[in-house]
Amino acid sequence: MPIWEILALFVKGFVIANLIMVVFALMTWVERRLLSFFQYRLGPNRVGPFGLLQPIADLLKLINKENFKPNAVSAVLHLAAPIATLFFALAVFAVIPFGNEDWNLFGWVTPSSMAADLDVGVLFAIAMSGLGGYGVIVGGWASNSKYALLGALRACAQLISYEITLTLAMMPVLLMTGTLSMSKIAEGHLDWSIGGWHPWFIVWAPLGFVLFLIAALAEANRAPFDHSEAEQELVGGFHTEYGGLRYAAFANAEYLHLLAICAIGVTFFLGGTSIPGLPDANAWLDLLSFTVKMAFFVFVFIWIRATVPRLRYDRLMRMGWKALLPLATAQFLITALIASQGWGRA
Amino acid sequence: MSNNFTGVFRGTKNTGVGLATTLRAFLGRNITEQYPEYKHPVMPRFRGRHKLHRHANGLEKCVGCSLCAAACPADCIRVVAAENTDDNRVSAGERFAQVYEINMSRCIFCGYCEMACPFDAITLGNDWELADLNRDQMIYTKNMLLADPPTKDNYGMNRRAVTRPEPDLDSSLPVWLEETVSRERAERSSTDLAPTKRQGRGK
Repeated sequence: MPIWEILALFVKGFVIANLIMVVFALMTWVERRLLSFFQYRLGPNRVGPFGLLQPIADLLKLINKENFKPNAVSAVLHLAAPIATLFFALAVFAVIPFGNEDWNLFGWVTPSSMAADLDVGVLFAIAMSGLGGYGVIVGGWASNSKYALLGALRACAQLISYEITLTLAMMPVLLMTGTLSMSKIAEGHLDWSIGGWHPWFIVWAPLGFVLFLIAALAEANRAPFDHSEAEQELVGGFHTEYGGLRYAAFANAEYLHLLAICAIGVTFFLGGTSIPGLPDANAWLDLLSFTVKMAFFVFVFIWIRATVPRLRYDRLMRMGWKALLPLATAQFLITALIASQGWGRA
Repeated sequence: MSNNFTGVFRGTKNTGVGLATTLRAFLGRNITEQYPEYKHPVMPRFRGRHKLHRHANGLEKCVGCSLCAAACPADCIRVVAAENTDDNRVSAGERFAQVYEINMSRCIFCGYCEMACPFDAITLGNDWELADLNRDQMIYTKNMLLADPPTKDNYGMNRRAVTRPEPDLDSSLPVWLEETVSRERAERSSTDLAPTKRQGRGK
């Protein structure tokens, strides 16, 4: 690999990472505004037009706060945990196909809006997403505080029980596309048709989509599965002992996690960048389509947060193991039948 | 197992109902009032910042009797009375309030002062934006209470510029007071009983 290819990869990664960071900043605003609308309120609308500069005000506040570190914490891990969480959450975006256009740079063909088109992109994404949970666990443990430890324990248990459902809910799509490359999965629905149409995989595996949605909530530590934070019981859960920018890193990672899961969901179940009835859209329309689908996901997540209260912890586990897992298995078997018989293969 | 799956269906149904409820809220009108721009109107009898009143001729209604201070359960009113003189006639009675202070940080806005006042000199108005940055500024002096409530900036903070000029004390007296005043003046053997312009209160 020549040096300029590596350089180009760096540039692409840099651009994507920074764009995602901007989206994160907007996400904090979007979430607060949308939550307010769900509660007959207006939300932050004072800083800048429509309150759009609120994230900057928040950031300034967090920067000004003391970089607090309690005496009894494990100093290295306490610092490493938020950084690691942030890193892993951001790493997922390396394999997300925001578009499907290829650029031909001096004979070197590279996907335009995807940092790295790995052959095992799905594996990479799931692994990075799962590793993000370790930042939470390590942070909670390193804090040397009961509340933080309880939060970390919960994150741990939740990770194990919901990661399985998440992956199993994604399996139907993998069965039908027969690949682990994210860009191929995004176009995979073109290989299957019902009566001449190429529906997204949400039509082929609707139950899988719903289960993915639920498991994604747990994976991203979102309400109603935010037991590792659980302000009412655990103060702040795993980030009780964090403040200022270290806390900001955790918050950042949480939103990036959410966005990453949304992006994976769009790629898997909503046909990636494809627009129905418009097979040859240009790169910008592709990006817009992807963004709109992600926005839909985000809206649903916020909608659910505004609606569903936190489950009791034992019920959460029971739901994960006794309800979601069997249902995901059922969907897996049904899709396995379809895929093995080749019904609907175009 | 079956128990489990009825739970799944029940949970799905209940969650759906909840989602519909929140979506209705999302589509409905919000009820937030944008405070500094929009100030929620108070009820007519709302008890807010006090006002001291004057007669139509400019003399103060307050005669410095301190009944309001006596009635005040929060002990936030301070009145120091002084005698009216011909040279310096401030109120319509014998005496006037030389000092009239209300400590707004102690006042509980019960309205007892209003009820105690025999001359309706003090009433509780409708102004409620009384926040300030300094405890000293919470002590409202007579001039402040006599003046119109100050205008507020966008953040509800007072712009203290009570520059209302002292009333013209030579102006006319109300009809119902003229007799008293002229008697007082006579008792003080004033040589110059200037005829006062009659300007009745109308009622």
